[in-house]
Amino acid sequence: MALTTIGSAGGSSARSITEGLTRRGIDARSKVVEGLLVASLTASLLILVVLVVDIVQRSWPVWTERPGDFLRDGLNSASTSSAGVFSAVRGTIILAVIVGVVAFPLGIACAVYLEEYATKSRFASWTRVNVRNLAGVPSIVYGLLGLGIFVKALNGLGEPANDLQGSGFFGLRWLGNLLNLLSGNSGRNIFAGGLALSALVLPIVVITASEALRAVPRSIREGALGVGATQWETVRHHVLPAAAPGILTGTVLSLARATGEAAPLLLVGAVTGTLITGDKSFVEQLSGPFTALPVAIFSYARQAGDDWRAVTGAAALVLLVLVLIMNGFAIALRNRYDRKW
Amino acid sequence: MTESGDPMNALSDTAAAVPTIDLHAAEAHQSVSDGTVVFQTSDLAVYYGDFRAVREVELSIRQNEITAFIGPSGCGKSTVLRCFDRMNDLIEGARVEGRITYHGVDLYGPDVDAVEVRRRIGMVFQKPNPFPKSIYDNLAFGPRLNGVKKKGQLDAIVENSLKRAALWDEVKDRLGASAMGLSGGQQQRLCIARCVAVEPEVILMDEPCSALDPIATARIEELMQEIKNDFTIVIVTHNMQQAARVSDRTAFFTTEINPDSDRRTGRLVEFDQTTKIFSNPDDERTEMYVTGRFG
Repeated sequence: MALTTIGSAGGSSARSITEGLTRRGIDARSKVVEGLLVASLTASLLILVVLVVDIVQRSWPVWTERPGDFLRDGLNSASTSSAGVFSAVRGTIILAVIVGVVAFPLGIACAVYLEEYATKSRFASWTRVNVRNLAGVPSIVYGLLGLGIFVKALNGLGEPANDLQGSGFFGLRWLGNLLNLLSGNSGRNIFAGGLALSALVLPIVVITASEALRAVPRSIREGALGVGATQWETVRHHVLPAAAPGILTGTVLSLARATGEAAPLLLVGAVTGTLITGDKSFVEQLSGPFTALPVAIFSYARQAGDDWRAVTGAAALVLLVLVLIMNGFAIALRNRYDRKW
Repeated sequence: MTESGDPMNALSDTAAAVPTIDLHAAEAHQSVSDGTVVFQTSDLAVYYGDFRAVREVELSIRQNEITAFIGPSGCGKSTVLRCFDRMNDLIEGARVEGRITYHGVDLYGPDVDAVEVRRRIGMVFQKPNPFPKSIYDNLAFGPRLNGVKKKGQLDAIVENSLKRAALWDEVKDRLGASAMGLSGGQQQRLCIARCVAVEPEVILMDEPCSALDPIATARIEELMQEIKNDFTIVIVTHNMQQAARVSDRTAFFTTEINPDSDRRTGRLVEFDQTTKIFSNPDDERTEMYVTGRFG
């Protein structure tokens, strides 16, 4: 008897619970918000898809008619049949190497100082704010910096270069040759371009490296200091290796950004018309006039006619592929070395 | 530091067994002799910026003893512990007033190098913090800093330290594996081994068992008894039973509300032999805390 009472009471309460939990109608507001979010995402993706389809479509004639020649020919804005991207791709790769050599160590060193050594100082927090400001400076301003400082400075190396090359000491002559290389083309060379791009990405490298260093838990630092490591030993053996994947990812992404910049290069004198290097030696080419992929795209885009549209599209596709490769590399690095603490 | 005989063998084959715990172990330490004083603090106070976290700490830590710091949260016991190896130096705005001496030398003296201090005074943290490297590299890091370069010598230190931390049998076949793959209790024993590997005189333990299960905790406590012949140990613990089980002396801290603000400052209430603190303390607050009527 008692059992049935409990049973029936349980039955009725179960029914009321079921009613309480059952959804009443459609939550219209959630649906609208969800729809808007999906629409935003679709619009963003659509832009990317349209961009890629358009570039591939317009460059189609080049890839079907002369793909090999296009990749092998130099910059030539006079004739579509001999216009190519070889000198531009080479310039872009050399620029990337210069940025890697100049901006990465410098930026990482700045970040290590700010995060590991100067954390307590007011100077450090002031510097951090201004590094963020620097990251927002438009690239054309860095171009002006490149023209006003790097081109002038490199050009200024010409005179001591000649003096040193004329001197009898072998060591000094070697230095003279180096300075001569750096001062080629009155300073309007690829080194000036590389330095301008380095200045452009430096704040981004500092910021991303700082974030990666900050993500390393304090317990790792304490563990190292606790067994008697100095601050440098702690940074060198534990903090930097732990932060390395994050730092690498950030720097590769910043490199991808530098690769796509045209404005600073145009200001420091990258060649826009025609640059055919012919049979000059590698060193001569290095110190001579230079160009890069974004500059080549700019040059080709200024020419009228469907043939030039195709050439422009093809150059843009090459740049896009280059940048995507770099981004893919960064993502692969991040996935490979992703750590958990 | 002398090598301990080999009391580890007895311990090392208890891989899964629960070591027995003598809940009344404290009574065994009835007569604690007065050994050499390692640390002496006088009128110690620690500030974080303007905030005084702890004040009026007067105590002495003696050689080859286990000293426990107990008290409610925020009473400053970890803060005081972190003064002994100058780990508070890393915290922004932390400042120490009063004196802490280590064998008579002022630890915060102008010529004292914090790095040298930490080579002599090791630390085990609340959350196990192995380096994200191999087990071997975790242990070899400290000795390498001290200039040990020969492979054979390093191997010996690694093996010996792991044996002393009762971890050798569990990891001897995978020294090259990542330390992050160990269980929490194993990681904490690895951290103790890492500490032991540089042969410090003192080992500071900041709630070393609070992230561990009872079995792992028991193993660490047993381990502390084993290594206490070679090291002086100071342990901060939230667990009163743990203090009663493992320590020779106990310092009880509590919090006081500041008259000028609502932030609490910690202070030392009583410091004595563990048996006295837990059976017949002088201060009423200590008695209330250890009997569970407060805190």
